[in-house]
Amino acid sequence: MTEEIIIAGFGGQGVLSMGQILCYGGVMQDKEVSWMPSYGPEMRGGTANCTAIISDTEISSPVLTRFDTAIVLNQPSMDKFEDAVKPGGLLIYEENGMTRKPRRTDINICSIAAYDESVKMNNTKVFNMIVIGGVLKVRPILELENVIRGLKKVLPERYHHLIPLNEEAIHRGMEIIKTQHQVD
Amino acid sequence: MKELRLMKGNEALAEAAIRAGADAYFGYPITPQSEVIEYLMRENPVDRTGMQVLQAESEVAAINMVYGAAGCGKRAITSSSSPGISLKMEGISYLAGAELPCVIVNVVRAGPGLGTIQPSQSDYFQAVKGGGHGDYKLIVLAPATVQESVDFVRLAFDLAFKYRNPVMILSDGIIGQMMEKVELFEQQPRIAEAEEWATVGKKPGKDSVIVTSLQLQSEEQEKVNLRLQAKYREVEKNEVRFETYQCEDAEYLFVAFGSCARITRKAMEMARNKGIRVGLMRPQTLYPFPAEELHRLAGQVRGILTVEMNAGQMVEDVRLAVNGVTGVGHFGRFGGMIPSPDEILNALEKQFIGG
Amino acid sequence: MAEKDIINPENLVYEKTKVMTDKVLHYCPGCGHGTAHRLLADVIDELGIQGYTIGVAPVGCSVLAYYYFDVDMQEAAHGRAPAVATGIKRVLPEKYVFTYQGDGDLAAIGTAETIHACNRGENILMVFINNGIYGMTGGQMAPTTLPGMKSSTSPRGRDVRTMGNPLKMTELVAQLEGTYYVTRQSVHTPANARKAKRALKKALEYQKLNKGTCFVEIVSNCPSGWKMTPVESNKWMEEHMFPFYPLGDIKVPEK
Repeated sequence: MTEEIIIAGFGGQGVLSMGQILCYGGVMQDKEVSWMPSYGPEMRGGTANCTAIISDTEISSPVLTRFDTAIVLNQPSMDKFEDAVKPGGLLIYEENGMTRKPRRTDINICSIAAYDESVKMNNTKVFNMIVIGGVLKVRPILELENVIRGLKKVLPERYHHLIPLNEEAIHRGMEIIKTQHQVD
Repeated sequence: MKELRLMKGNEALAEAAIRAGADAYFGYPITPQSEVIEYLMRENPVDRTGMQVLQAESEVAAINMVYGAAGCGKRAITSSSSPGISLKMEGISYLAGAELPCVIVNVVRAGPGLGTIQPSQSDYFQAVKGGGHGDYKLIVLAPATVQESVDFVRLAFDLAFKYRNPVMILSDGIIGQMMEKVELFEQQPRIAEAEEWATVGKKPGKDSVIVTSLQLQSEEQEKVNLRLQAKYREVEKNEVRFETYQCEDAEYLFVAFGSCARITRKAMEMARNKGIRVGLMRPQTLYPFPAEELHRLAGQVRGILTVEMNAGQMVEDVRLAVNGVTGVGHFGRFGGMIPSPDEILNALEKQFIGG
Repeated sequence: MAEKDIINPENLVYEKTKVMTDKVLHYCPGCGHGTAHRLLADVIDELGIQGYTIGVAPVGCSVLAYYYFDVDMQEAAHGRAPAVATGIKRVLPEKYVFTYQGDGDLAAIGTAETIHACNRGENILMVFINNGIYGMTGGQMAPTTLPGMKSSTSPRGRDVRTMGNPLKMTELVAQLEGTYYVTRQSVHTPANARKAKRALKKALEYQKLNKGTCFVEIVSNCPSGWKMTPVESNKWMEEHMFPFYPLGDIKVPEK
């Protein structure tokens, strides 16, 4: 198994930490992992993306142009990465703020209203955990318990009391993700 | 017990410096390597090992602080990215001339000039052919993984002291910024006793120790140059390091280093899936260059494609090593652009197979 | 008469300090460097710190200072001595560290290193020989060359409108929080030499206190560069250099 993922959105949406949490989860599950961020001034409030690779075997390139799964959290990211999904791959998009639907017909497409859900939970900071829940529902590449163990590694100790809240967010995400288009 | 962590290349390298028993780090922030000094300042190694960390007023000052500490026989390290390394070149030449051991990390970004902050390999010539003035060589290590960013720090200090020569770790924005699993080695002791060439205070009954790269007499300077050259021949004999992948049956060969070798390996896997028998050689030491092994491999393949994130630098060393035995081509992206595995495979097919 | 007949105990009025080597100084006749070297070496000897001192030589006339001081020394790149000294002191904080630099080295190409070492308050001694000219390279203008003063790169005299003003580096570093003791001395008469020696001694003694940088400027002459006899050059120094670079303490430790 090798899962090559791109996660893209606005700075501040927790794009980079989503990739890190998935990779830490991979480490906990004894996988090979690689995380590569976009870096530079665009991080400060602009668009951000990261590549996360989780694999049973040694990872060659940490930098990719085609992905098994693209998680796009704003319109510019969908515009940039929709075409980068491998045929038969998966595109997950956040419903809020999108001005158009994906065009591809040769890939699986899911949507998630993670922002609205986070508002319902009175905590927009768990937005990215809701997305992760959705991802794990449709691409069960990691055990939930390993993702939680990974989360403990990413979060500084002083925030560990928030772990139950994040776990709840993951479960919400698993419930609300919707399939928009399916191949095969 | 092995200690496994998920770490950024730059941070892992900084942690490795502490664990390698470094006595001092001197540096100046520049993207994409500022995590090195940030990590060290956060970690405050003076409490862990007594290691000193100082943010200098410039890269020029930082490399000269390295000179001062190295002259005292201590393990000193600095890091920067391309424009900052250009500034350090004066000091690096003096370090090489005074035969002082130290470690210099270049997390390369694209140039010339201010260029971009995105990854590149365009400082290859600067690293392996000199960069500063005078006839000197740096030992140049090129990590391709976060793990090598750690392991090469310890190796770099070992080589620096073995040969009393500056060692450069030529990383890049990809290796520096990416996170991978990494196994950290155990804490090594700092240097307890200074070697005889170090300035630590004149010993009674002994001559004072002088650290200098100055010889006013040409006869004396030539002797220094000859001694340096003899040292470099030893380095070339003993310290060549490389990895090869699927070269046994290869009809074609990729040569690539650092992060670019990782991408090229993906291209190699794709080529193999298409039935093209291609192998990969990845030099881990850029100086000394694995010329002998490359020459041997050149005899068995129908063509060699050098893949670099520059306009064609290492390819010159590849051509020298191959010496006409087979065709050598180059494929590069530059300016911070990263070649894709597809592009690399296309280049191989176009240049050698006729696609 | 043999040497041993001349130098017998009752004739002995001068003894070379043992912290100077027996190498013949390459400095021009009448130059202040030799005296400044001797005074610093004397002080190191008197304090008994020869085995605990590390010096940093500059680029300039005193580039070969390490031939003459019998202590462990490092030769720095042009202007970088304060950074090199910082590196030394940070890894060997218990040792005495000094730099010995000229005006081009300390006040032109190495200005940043000088200011920042002083501003960090590195616990080092910086000895600054200011003779207002580049001696080693053949008499070019220095950052401290006086207005109207001739040099090979200001042949009609320094025109401050195009060549800038002389830099009073010592007053400048005295402003910085990191400096502990800042003084300007000369070595052209026995009385001045004695004062300069006391200043150097204080500066090295202060280093034990870890209170900051000690900075000793020595206004000196350059008979070759100024194209004067040694006697003329000392007179010229008194008449022209001292009014612009007045001797005396600029910053002294608070009691």
